[in-house]
Amino acid sequence: MVDNYLFIGFVAFYLLGAVSALVFNKKDALCSYISFLSASIGALAGFAFSLSVILGDTFHFILNEGQIPEFGFFIDKLSAFFILVISISVFAVSIFSTGYVREYFGKKNIGYLCFLYNMFILSMILVICANNAIMFLIVWELMSVISFFLVVYEHEKIETRKAGFFYIVMTHIGTGFIILSFLIFAGTSGSFSFETFRAAGSTMTPFLKDSAFLFAFIGFGIKAGIVPFHIWLPYAHPAAPGNVSALMSGVMIKTAIFMLIRISFDFLGASQAWWGYSVLAVGTISAILGILYAVVEPDMKRMLAFSSIENIGIILIGLGASMIFLSNEKPILSAIAMMAALYHLLNHSVFKGLLFMGAGSLLYSTHTKNIEKLGGLIKRMPFSAILILIGVLSISAMPPFSGFVSEWLTFQSLLLTFNLDSNFAIIMLSISAAVLALTGALAAYCFLKFFGMVFLALPRSENAQHAREVNIPMLAGMGFFALLSIMLGILPAFILPMLDRIAASFIGTSGQSFSFGTFGTISIPSSAWISISTPGLLAIVLILMFIPIIILFTSKRNMPVYETWGCGQPFSTARNEYSAIAFSKPVQMWFKGLYRPAREMEVTYSSQYLKESFKFKSEIEQVFEKNFYTPVVDFVMAMSRKAKVIQTGSIHAYLGYIFGILVILFMFIIAGGS
Amino acid sequence: MIIQLIFQTFLIIILAPLLSGIIKKVKSFFQIRKGPGILQPYYDLLKLVKKDSVISNNVSWIFHAAPIISFAAVLAAGLLIPIYITQLPLGFAGDLIAVIYLFALARFFTALASLDAGSSFGGMGGSREMFIAALVEPALMLSIFAVALNVGSTNLGFISQTVSGMGIDAMSPYQILAFVALFIIAIAETGRIPVDNPATHLELTMIHEAMILEYSGRQLAIMELGAMIKQLLIFSLLANIFFPWGIASQGAGASALVLSFLVFVIKILVIGISMAVVETSTAKWRLFRLPELLSISLMLSFLALVSFIIVKGG
Repeated sequence: MVDNYLFIGFVAFYLLGAVSALVFNKKDALCSYISFLSASIGALAGFAFSLSVILGDTFHFILNEGQIPEFGFFIDKLSAFFILVISISVFAVSIFSTGYVREYFGKKNIGYLCFLYNMFILSMILVICANNAIMFLIVWELMSVISFFLVVYEHEKIETRKAGFFYIVMTHIGTGFIILSFLIFAGTSGSFSFETFRAAGSTMTPFLKDSAFLFAFIGFGIKAGIVPFHIWLPYAHPAAPGNVSALMSGVMIKTAIFMLIRISFDFLGASQAWWGYSVLAVGTISAILGILYAVVEPDMKRMLAFSSIENIGIILIGLGASMIFLSNEKPILSAIAMMAALYHLLNHSVFKGLLFMGAGSLLYSTHTKNIEKLGGLIKRMPFSAILILIGVLSISAMPPFSGFVSEWLTFQSLLLTFNLDSNFAIIMLSISAAVLALTGALAAYCFLKFFGMVFLALPRSENAQHAREVNIPMLAGMGFFALLSIMLGILPAFILPMLDRIAASFIGTSGQSFSFGTFGTISIPSSAWISISTPGLLAIVLILMFIPIIILFTSKRNMPVYETWGCGQPFSTARNEYSAIAFSKPVQMWFKGLYRPAREMEVTYSSQYLKESFKFKSEIEQVFEKNFYTPVVDFVMAMSRKAKVIQTGSIHAYLGYIFGILVILFMFIIAGGS
Repeated sequence: MIIQLIFQTFLIIILAPLLSGIIKKVKSFFQIRKGPGILQPYYDLLKLVKKDSVISNNVSWIFHAAPIISFAAVLAAGLLIPIYITQLPLGFAGDLIAVIYLFALARFFTALASLDAGSSFGGMGGSREMFIAALVEPALMLSIFAVALNVGSTNLGFISQTVSGMGIDAMSPYQILAFVALFIIAIAETGRIPVDNPATHLELTMIHEAMILEYSGRQLAIMELGAMIKQLLIFSLLANIFFPWGIASQGAGASALVLSFLVFVIKILVIGISMAVVETSTAKWRLFRLPELLSISLMLSFLALVSFIIVKGG
């Protein structure tokens, strides 16, 4: 009963947020406070609701009982977990937003932004709750369209409009594949209800199962941003306002992962091994390519978007391993891999939300997204610096922060492959682990560069010179996520049992895949395998180690301050600093086959020996865009040009076409077609 | 338990400079020089501790925190690695993967500090260090897989105990291949020729030295000591994963412990001397040839994995 109130509660608060945004449209400050506070209260209700479903029973709510199609909400433990992830993110981002939107006061329509923001969250939650394919497609479309409007919020910029267009086209191609997949299910089950899809999943022929899976994988893969369908993501996510990109990257792409789990595990039972292998392969490729593009990217929001592709890849590696184990009838191992994937999903929404908000803060106070133009901000924005450092350490999987736990779990679940009889599986999962290790190292490289270039040394531009610390709500929103990153890193023993229940609910094991000792030790026992880790204790050891060193080595001593060593040059300026492009140059040289860097140099001489000016331009080629999309786009354009022939512009001709079609349809019916 | 922890920590701290001294001595023997005494690293550290630190006027708190965090991370890793006994008091706190990530944490902060002073050298060093770390990582993970799949755990105490219990049977093709792969990785991780030259201060060739160029006095002392400890720990990893024979297991008596300790010292010396031989007999490679070296390591560890599958009969 409480569940009902909570459910209605959070829906009502999001609606209230949306409506109040319209009502107080003219008063910027009031509008943003009421609307975002309402969203954060809604998030708290959503949080309580999802915990109650995870720990209790499935929630079922039908609007029109007995009618067909039945519209309603169905929330099991899996959906509840995703509502949990959304609610946590929404809570932090809403607090952040109350500060962040001050940037737009007087310049943009705040009511419009707040309205879309609340509706966007509501549509994401409805996507998770839908119990029926038609209702799902409606809210899915709603989510896509609202997020499109949010992406083009700063529509006066031409690149934003382009990004928005790119996004809406790609997302609709995805929806097309999703519809195909649903139609296959509906063809067997005879209804659009997800309940019947579940039953149909076990009775379908293998061919139908394969195609339903494949279409769903492509359709939802486009939304999740898997390679090679990722190209919209690095355009759309950076174009949106900071708080919206935090939500899009942190949670919206996860709704696609949710449906992927729903369809491949819940409906289809992950019965084919090759599904697992293809998810694993796609995940591995996405992880490595995502981070490779992120390393060399100078625009920080684009870099974060590429890193989202990487993290979706890591989540898919876990999912793929889980599917491989399940198809080999090892449900316990499958549950462990699933928990690794879900843990990483939760972690990613937290640290990526934090970093996107951090990028928003940097943009707010410096008005530039280019890493090369920043520097020295640790002294100007000390609190943001610490919070972003926590995010950076988490995403680089440094112990004892959150990313470490989920990467450890992912490695362990890949290692469990030795329980399988298939040599192919062992080789595939080991290669995937090696690539994951490379991905992790490159992620550390990438985010070290980000933090070092943005915060350390001397400011590289006027903008960075005059940067000021951001306001308190923004710090509070980031601070909440930073705290959560630490807690997820040192207290996995409290979160894993919950994930265990969730995984058990659709994989079907008794949920004894992990055992927890004192101090929250995680051990993975299965046959001879025992690997244990206690992240919390690791953190304590690390901190204990600090104390003697600090006492021994940092007593008050005379520390003369002098200039940085510059080979005897009398002064050091920002121009002597190492630049971001130089920092990532080794990787660019190493993978030059992938990047195909193009560079232009323009030197003018004032005399034979003295250079007057020097211009340097370096560009990275987007391989997929050039070799995969441009031909398709060109083909579509050519075909449309051909099709123009029948568009004569004369109304008589069009009436003729309609008449012709009618005649053909009548003939079809008379001939006995149904 | 506490005593064992403190003892192991101090043992690591005290032995690490000695190992560096011995490697230097062996190198000078091969170069037909007399070379400094094996206790020289201790004198160097003591001298540094007595001196004031001169710091750059550009730096932030990261610069001061980095030596402490790096050193603590390396020491914490030291408590997870078996030295002379397989039963580690804190063995359940983390496994081999945790050790690797603790080293990564130490490296991360050193590299961050290298950027803090705003010098080009620091950035260059940090960039190269992270590049080499990225090159090393896949080979490292594959060889860990080869070892862990054989034993059935990633916990180091367990690995040592199992391999030690197998006796000579443990010398299988995959174990040897994985050892060679990890030896190449150890060269890269400890910053030795042909990857990095610990003795150089030439701008264009240094990596680790470039990162800590702005440090002086006490801070430099902990940075240097941290690097020496990391070297000792990596050698102990090699010794106790692949040749753990003679290591004491739980409940061993005092004489067994002493014996095990002596065996440990001998193993470390052998690895240290072979490292010195490798260093003397090769020249430093160009940075962009290093992917070749480390892909050899990657291939070897992949072969180790494949031969594991073949030997175990799938």
